[in-house]
Amino acid sequence: MTEAKVNNAPMVEFIVDGKKCSAPRESSLLDFLLANGYDIPYLCHNPAVKPYGACRLCLVEVKNGRKTKLTTSCNYPILEGIEVFTNTEKVRRNRKMVMELLLARAPESKELRQMAKDRFGIDADKLPFEKNNGNKCILCGLCVRVCRELVGIEALSFAGRGEHKEAISPFHDVASTCIGCGACAVACPTNCIGLDQVITKRSLARWNRELPMKTCKRCGYAYAPMFQLEHFQNISSVPADFFDLCPDCRK
Amino acid sequence: MERIKSIKQLQDLEATLAAARKSDRPVVTVCGGIGCTANGCQKLVAEFKKLISEKNLGDKVELLVTGCLGFCEMGPVVVVYPQKTFYKKVQVADAADILDSAISGKAVERLLYTDAEGKKIEKEDDIPFYKNQKRELTGILGVIDPESIESYLAAGGYQALAKVLSGMKPEDVINDIIKSGLRGRGGGGFPTGKKWESCRKAADKLGASKRYVICNADEGDPGAFMDEAVLQGNPHTVIEGMLIGAFAIGSDEGIVYVRNEYPLAIKSLSAALAQAREAGLLGKNILGTDFSFDIRINRGGGAFVCGESSALIASIEGFVGEPRAKHIHMAESGLNDKPTVLNNVETWANVPLIIKNGVAAFTAIGTGDVTENPWNGSKGTKIFSLAGKVNNTGLVEVPMGATLRDIIFGVGGGIKNGKKFKAVQTGGPSGGCIPEKYLDMPVDFDELSKVGSMMGSGGMVVLDEDSCMVDFAKYFVEFLCEESCGKCTTCREGLARLKEILTRITEGKGRADDLELIEAVCETLSQGSLCALGGSAANPVLSTLRHFREEYEAHIFQKKCPGKVCKKLIKFSINDNCTGCTVCAKNCPQNCISGARKEKHVIDSAKCIKCGVCKEVCKFGAVTVE
Ligand SMILES: Cc1cc2nc3c(=O)[nH]c(=O)nc-3n(C[C@H](O)[C@H](O)[C@H](O)COP(=O)(O)O)c2cc1C
Ligand code: SF4
Ligand code: SF4
Ligand code: SF4
Ligand code: SF4
Ligand code: SF4
Ligand code: FES
Ligand code: FES
Repeated sequence: MTEAKVNNAPMVEFIVDGKKCSAPRESSLLDFLLANGYDIPYLCHNPAVKPYGACRLCLVEVKNGRKTKLTTSCNYPILEGIEVFTNTEKVRRNRKMVMELLLARAPESKELRQMAKDRFGIDADKLPFEKNNGNKCILCGLCVRVCRELVGIEALSFAGRGEHKEAISPFHDVASTCIGCGACAVACPTNCIGLDQVITKRSLARWNRELPMKTCKRCGYAYAPMFQLEHFQNISSVPADFFDLCPDCRK
Repeated sequence: MERIKSIKQLQDLEATLAAARKSDRPVVTVCGGIGCTANGCQKLVAEFKKLISEKNLGDKVELLVTGCLGFCEMGPVVVVYPQKTFYKKVQVADAADILDSAISGKAVERLLYTDAEGKKIEKEDDIPFYKNQKRELTGILGVIDPESIESYLAAGGYQALAKVLSGMKPEDVINDIIKSGLRGRGGGGFPTGKKWESCRKAADKLGASKRYVICNADEGDPGAFMDEAVLQGNPHTVIEGMLIGAFAIGSDEGIVYVRNEYPLAIKSLSAALAQAREAGLLGKNILGTDFSFDIRINRGGGAFVCGESSALIASIEGFVGEPRAKHIHMAESGLNDKPTVLNNVETWANVPLIIKNGVAAFTAIGTGDVTENPWNGSKGTKIFSLAGKVNNTGLVEVPMGATLRDIIFGVGGGIKNGKKFKAVQTGGPSGGCIPEKYLDMPVDFDELSKVGSMMGSGGMVVLDEDSCMVDFAKYFVEFLCEESCGKCTTCREGLARLKEILTRITEGKGRADDLELIEAVCETLSQGSLCALGGSAANPVLSTLRHFREEYEAHIFQKKCPGKVCKKLIKFSINDNCTGCTVCAKNCPQNCISGARKEKHVIDSAKCIKCGVCKEVCKFGAVTVE
């Protein structure tokens, strides 16, 4: 099915909170709103990867034709003539519920608790639900998607469904194809991947991965995971000894 | 069979085949449907074959193995023509008597259906279960051999295709389907003709040469088997429907997405596809025209959510069966980004009927007036899978607009064991519960949604007075919680939280503001989710809350379960009717009933696990539940 086709898309006109706007047809509504200073909470979106629509926090109301519907904005393709409402009572009420649901799932995430407090005035210790202790992952899928779409490696995947869904390394085992680039850890909104580096070893706790680092032949600095460099070597045409030196010594 | 070379030849075939197959011999039809197969009908078929050959009865009787006859709980079912004598629960040992009686014309009394008053009924058409149906799509299942294309052709099969190919334009076909008011039988009730029209228009506008038609045979509804029965018992009608749809939108490739757990349907369909190809009804230049079309089978991903259109497409494309946002319609960009029409098995099966018998015959059945707009009514029949606490369960087909009472009391023969009707769940796990006061409501797409339920694909579960509506809602929430794909927060977490709240209510730990909390979660779940699974998942909760709010309140505030189902809220005790017969004490799995013979017994509540065995075995009505 279609992902937004944005290249060379014609500009279309639409309305946001009563104001006339224009943007390329079928581009992400959330990207537009964020770029234009609208304050929309979101967790699973990253312009570097395709919209996914998992966290449901970026809700807005959109009127298309006769119907007005609550919808997530990250994966809503901007269409001619739509009318967007970013801050109605209904939008606020439902975003707040989404936040509470997320918190109940991952009460241990500092990032989430902070966001809930700052943006929604929610006290994570006073939820109407039982808490799922011991969990930080909100299943936003950014790790899986970044690894696949951006890094070009499929080291991670989802497993299970419903409540049992998880973002994991294959069979909870070592993510053996992971090159240790760390992109997933940077993208993770709840900081639950556990990227760590001790001198010549980088580790990603969540993926059970430990990677030896390449040491610069000149200065001795452990500057990047070996696997990552091998991967770069394979997909580029740099000379065989290119990665012997760290970027600084290469200059 | 030999390749049919022209439309004319196909048109002549019906008469020739029918004449060739016509015989004066009585026909012994054995149901070879899924239910009867599970009940061992294959052994019965073997026995019939053996006896016919042993006794040399080949020229005296004919044997026909068909698809599901609908009354599966009576299986294995045998019907003998021309009298149409209906035999239930037929065992291998009964075969000889049936053969004799088929020849003599005198029915085998002991195998006849007995009605509620104990009266034996001989003919299928007189049995209330059948009498009160309108079997436009299912009737034919009883007279054709699913494995034989000739059988379908002799019954008028592929004549709708002949009609379409002999001069109708695609637009004419689309117009007929629009005018018929046919609406999708898979869930949403979207007008089929309108769907085809928008696909054809979008595809023409885009200049897309590749277009797909897909048949949704995923049928994830637990307990539903309408689509399975049609696909297994009459696969050619689905093929014919898809051929007509493909002609209408200009497609050359069709896919049947069928649940992997349906081996019999897959087998039947595969054989039918091969036969249709051989006969020149699928493939290049069908019947010598320039219309080419073929169909392949795609086995389902095995999850309820795979029946949802975007998940189904993802699954066919080889991805995980996970729904995607669909702000761009499938008509424009579906499978492999190409214009696509997706319809349900039963929807496809209606298409040949409409084309062959004409729009007027179809619109004569059902509700509303669809001449101006197919949204203004529900036409044709609907097949339901009737289950739960009714006397007759099975596959039932009724005209749109039949009342719930017609279905439950007419066809279903009322509530089991003389109990009182309480509610009926329509629309499957994400449908809604309808209370007694709406029993006389006509069943169609719009009436059902007015009372907070939906047509869905046709599941219908009847509840009696001994049911607890909170527990019932919890059951569906648990099902959906497992079946949610887990992608979005609202659905995954929303359902998990609903489960948590409903569980505490059924355990007597409900809180004063739980009902408001349920409503708040339901709003976000139903309006903030990505696909229609989440979008409709709140229905069982909201509809029971709407129609049975006092029952929720009794659990929360009085800590009582009015249906006497929730174990944490009930207590078993023995009253003065007790004669001290000791039967309960002997049967109690906990050994927690004590008392001397001929003296009143007592239950030790601390040990009792509320299994209900004592109440069941007591002949004196001495065990009570509070
Ligand atoms: C969770 C979910 C499950 C579904 N399962 C089925 C199914 O098993 N069979 C089916 O025909 N439609 C199913 N549908 C509806 C389909 O998405 C789609 O609307 C339908 O196949 C369209 O065909 P129709 O217009 O002929 O009904 C399901 C929808 C949802 C949301
Ligand atoms: S660190 Fe490993 S798992 Fe994470 S994005 Fe890079 S390759 Fe993928
Ligand atoms: S680990 Fe982090 S990035 Fe991956 S799904 Fe969980 S929250 Fe999202
Ligand atoms: S609503 Fe439920 S089933 Fe549908 S995409 Fe979201 S999580 Fe998956
Ligand atoms: S079965 Fe009934 S009558 Fe007999 S001992 Fe138990 S309660 Fe009494
Ligand atoms: S309900 Fe079951 S466990 Fe309890 S007393 Fe009766 S038989 Fe025994
Ligand atoms: S950012 Fe839109 S759903 Fe997560
Ligand atoms: S399978 Fe035999 S009656 Fe349904």
